Amino acid sequence: MSTKTATLANGQQVNFKQPNRGGILLTILAWVVGLLFVFPVLWMVLTSFHSEADAATNPPSFTAPLTLAGYRSFFESAPWPSLINSVMASVVSTLLVLVLAFPAAYALSIRPVKRWNDVLFFLLSTKFLPVVAGLLPIYLFAQKVGMLDNIWLLILFYTVMNLPIAIWMLRSFLAEVPSEMLEAAEVDGAGLILTLRKVVAPVVMPGLASAALICFIFSWNELLFARVLTGTVSQTAPVYLTCFVTSQGLFLAKVCAASLVVSLPVLVAGFAAQDKLVQGLSMGAVR
Amino acid sequence: MTTTPTKGAGVATPKRSSLQRSGDWARRMPLLPAMALVLIVTQLPFVVTIIASFMNWNAYYPEERGFGGLANYKTVLTDPGARKAIWVTVLLTAAVVIISLFLGLCIALLLDRKFRGQGIVRTMMITPFLIVPVAAALLWKHALYNPEYGLFNGMLTKLFGKGAAQPDWISQHPMWSIIFAIVWQWTPFMMLILLAGLQSRPMDVVEAARIDGASSWQIFTNMTLPHLRTYIELAGLLGSIYVVQNFDHVFTITGGGLGTANLPYYIYQTFYTAHDYGLASAAGVIVVILTNIVSTIALRTVFSIFREEKR
Repeated sequence: MSTKTATLANGQQVNFKQPNRGGILLTILAWVVGLLFVFPVLWMVLTSFHSEADAATNPPSFTAPLTLAGYRSFFESAPWPSLINSVMASVVSTLLVLVLAFPAAYALSIRPVKRWNDVLFFLLSTKFLPVVAGLLPIYLFAQKVGMLDNIWLLILFYTVMNLPIAIWMLRSFLAEVPSEMLEAAEVDGAGLILTLRKVVAPVVMPGLASAALICFIFSWNELLFARVLTGTVSQTAPVYLTCFVTSQGLFLAKVCAASLVVSLPVLVAGFAAQDKLVQGLSMGAVR
Repeated sequence: MTTTPTKGAGVATPKRSSLQRSGDWARRMPLLPAMALVLIVTQLPFVVTIIASFMNWNAYYPEERGFGGLANYKTVLTDPGARKAIWVTVLLTAAVVIISLFLGLCIALLLDRKFRGQGIVRTMMITPFLIVPVAAALLWKHALYNPEYGLFNGMLTKLFGKGAAQPDWISQHPMWSIIFAIVWQWTPFMMLILLAGLQSRPMDVVEAARIDGASSWQIFTNMTLPHLRTYIELAGLLGSIYVVQNFDHVFTITGGGLGTANLPYYIYQTFYTAHDYGLASAAGVIVVILTNIVSTIALRTVFSIFREEKR
């Protein structure tokens, strides 16, 4: 593998010198690796448009006729309640996160509380606690107050799960609001709302967008808690997917279609905001 | 390191100005709702978990409920299933993080140069990360690994004819099947963070070194790698935090069978199917301790970035 890295380092010369044969090879290699990583997804797309019989052939049939049968049988299996639950859980929890995180981030940067440093690290440390250890108490609590199989319990849980990430991210953006501008706005007699809108918002909007993106993806993807805390009424799309595989008959095309439909919102959001993804995943540490 | 490696975490130490000289409570107010919620939903359950871990508590035998001392911990640490789960968790996390970090680094280096279709290749690389984890696990299990009609064996037949070997990937290599499915999803994550690191390199210094006659290999080992160190640590630690908690892949691909049950799965099973609340809690406390070891290091790293930026 060291040869690979050596050629890579070699290839960086291409940035400064004339393109050479090594550069072309590296370009080809980059394309091959990219295609290799995306190939399973492409295969999933192709399989989802095959009939069940064509999807389960060995050797694989790349040129089998295309059909919408897989999608049809997915949508006929009544997936809508679970898709709507997922939209509810992820969109509402993301909105709640933003509403709660923005003032909190404000209190940790622009008008900081005492020991704001400790608060920040406490919040981060909660992210490092494995959620699975809180599973039982939350389940028992839900059982006691009769909130099992209630989508609002999941919304509450996802809100808290994502709150620390959002506060960290928003704080790192708010910290860049120039304090001179805030003071100037105050001297000019601008109220809090006006200051927020004219001075703070422009700087923080990108941060809000990345925070929203990452919170949406994490809550949309979550399986363990959704599985334990929901039942037939409020099950989310990932839970629905796990119950979708049957032991009888062929199901590959149908499962591929279902997996793609469920992944679609994340794919769209992620592609639309590729650069925001890094910020979000690193809690604002990398931009 | 001469430059600040990461911009985001930086805080100019907030200045005390006339704007900020109001009462402490006025400052705390905006923080309170968020803090209260986090405290109640994340800290309180752990207190209950710790208490439950010292109790005999099985929902199937309600009359036997009572104080059990260290019995649950003794079971977790001596029960072969639980010990195996601890070992599987460590192995799974280490393998996934190391392999995907290494691949992510190679690919980040590969993408950190201008070439035709750079944006497209980057987008293709990110795609696996944007597939819902359960969906990705289903894809690997049924569309790729399946011994009869999975793509892997299909390609073997296509390449070597009818008599080609047709391994049953999941039952022959259960751990590796899970590891590779997770690596596929996490390599893009590592790549993204490392690419951001590479692109924040001070290029004028690299240029100067090159003019002074440094070879590409020298530049890589003496300048690029040291600069990337913080990013490698960050990616590795964040990655381990997420992978340690993996449930979706284990649950979907092997259903925890064939010796692949990790701690999250073990806890899920003990609590959800066996209804042994005490034992599940003790296992939960152990996961917290394990993650704390990792996260202490992680927090220290984040803190060092944080400090560096405050200067």
